[in-house]
Amino acid sequence: MGAYVNPIYPYKAPTDLKVAPPLRKPLIVIGAGPVGLAAAVDARLQGLDVLVLDDDKTVSVGSRAVCYAKRSLEVLDRLGVADPACALGVSWNIGRTFLEEDEVYQFNLVPDAGHKRPGMINLQQYHIEEMLIARALELGADIRWQHKVTAVTRHDDHATLTVETPDGTFDIEADWLVVADGARSPIRRHLGLDIEGRVFQDRFLIADVIMKADYPAERWFWFDPPFHPNQSVLLHKQSNNVWRIDFQLGWDADPEEEKKPEKVIPRLQAMLGDDRPFELEWVSIYTFQCRRMTDFRHGRVLFVGDAAHQVSPFGARGANSGFQDTDDLMWKLALVMKGQAPDKLLDTYALDRQFAADENIMNSTRSTDFITPKSRTSKTFRNQVLALAKHHPFARKLVNSGRLSVPSFLTSSLLNTPDVDAFEGSMVPGAPMDDAPVQVAGQDAWLLDQVGKGFACLLFVNAVPSAETLATLQAFRQSAVPLETLIVSSSPLTVPGCKVLVDAQGWMAKRYDAKPGTTYLLRPDQHVLARWRALDPVAVQAAMARAICKA
Amino acid sequence: MNTSALKTDPNFHEAGRRFFRDFSPGDEFYEHLIEAHNGLSDEQSEALNARLILLLANHIGDLKILREALQHARAAG
Repeated sequence: MGAYVNPIYPYKAPTDLKVAPPLRKPLIVIGAGPVGLAAAVDARLQGLDVLVLDDDKTVSVGSRAVCYAKRSLEVLDRLGVADPACALGVSWNIGRTFLEEDEVYQFNLVPDAGHKRPGMINLQQYHIEEMLIARALELGADIRWQHKVTAVTRHDDHATLTVETPDGTFDIEADWLVVADGARSPIRRHLGLDIEGRVFQDRFLIADVIMKADYPAERWFWFDPPFHPNQSVLLHKQSNNVWRIDFQLGWDADPEEEKKPEKVIPRLQAMLGDDRPFELEWVSIYTFQCRRMTDFRHGRVLFVGDAAHQVSPFGARGANSGFQDTDDLMWKLALVMKGQAPDKLLDTYALDRQFAADENIMNSTRSTDFITPKSRTSKTFRNQVLALAKHHPFARKLVNSGRLSVPSFLTSSLLNTPDVDAFEGSMVPGAPMDDAPVQVAGQDAWLLDQVGKGFACLLFVNAVPSAETLATLQAFRQSAVPLETLIVSSSPLTVPGCKVLVDAQGWMAKRYDAKPGTTYLLRPDQHVLARWRALDPVAVQAAMARAICKA
Repeated sequence: MNTSALKTDPNFHEAGRRFFRDFSPGDEFYEHLIEAHNGLSDEQSEALNARLILLLANHIGDLKILREALQHARAAG
């Protein structure tokens, strides 16, 4: 056991950046947190030159965002860091909720088999950041530490940044600017952009505790436990014997006083209930707000992650929704930067992710109102839901100790083409794709690993397609914005020019309600755009035009 | 045989709406419920609860179901 030591990343004097007239870069990202780094990795995968500016020289101090949801792991798979994250992280699916000493409710995040990734992993934010930094550097991203952006001026076709370094200040220009500078977002404030929402009057103590314990890898949440009466407590297992414990303290708690080890240690001893040795790695007190910017896009300046929206921590919807922001943004930005789609495609980044942020804020606000009731009546309802939950299934479903991050169904996205054919199941236009086990070239593989590098067309067949169909698919592959063409078959086939996914167990057919002829059009970020019962090239082309705002 | 008429499995729904997450309709009801009490004194809230029970009871109407609900509510306390 041992505490984590933050790495120090080398400062590089900006001799190459500090020139007159100012350099113009195609893309600058402000902030090397998880979301800014994801943007940088994605930019490199899209072939974009990217400069990342960060005012610090290390990764997160303390564990901070510890829960990475299945959808984030799928995004990280595409970015190339999910394997190390899952290897080091603690995978879990089961959450238990207790009232006093009794378990009242448990959930399983992935009740179905047939998904590559678990419902959630717990991993300290500093580990995720280290992995993303290594990946970004490997892909050729230019990351500059101790480069603090102190001013941004917006222009019609670029932004000018003023950057402060140990070697003085300089100006630099960016065709496009991605702002990922966190909840306090100095850049958002500097630009005078509004962010509105609710402040919650409560305080929470977070402790990262290093100890040997054989509790299972599950999320445990207590309402009113005997060791911390009238408040809630949350326990999570992290990697390397670090445990994360959150204590609700109430609004009247004195944050400075509560952070002192002589206050924290007795709380932990009461909870652990024995005299096992432990060390405190990090302690913090937090309050939170649920709010978002009115518009995530301001011309050439695009806001992502906590800079754009904040939620309560119940539900792990912070970093997880930030990854979904860059997942949505970067393919759109790449198409616009390469001149393959009109500028207005980026308006749909704002619309799609504002919709998702509203859903995240709604769910995290509901959780917060359940966990920290604001009136006697609200508390009575909460406690009686818990009382009924022991015997009645409907009340168990109402127990809300955090609705853990799941991706939004972007059903109102302007990029979708509405169904004209009848389908069962949940893979509607705008749905985040369900994963499924498949075989590719005789090897076991996963559906989501086969898509996500660009637009894709999935065609379900029961025999080798006709010459006419093959010609259609070839035309898709050769269009200005190419479509990858994938064939799904229940038995092995060879189809020229197409990857064949063998759906031997029928997971895809079931999840996508597919029959021979069923065609799905997919976004680069693994969301459904459109689907039909038969492959109609004209319909697919029209849907593609709509998907890049060229309709 | 003791057959139960009272539904105690999750049952919140709305015609014409699709919920992609199983917790969403119940959470939405709960939000409406707490919102309905917003700004009321404890006494006003108690009165609201009484009116709400009466409205829902009349809507259900079936005395067998109502007796069962009353028994379960009493038993859990």
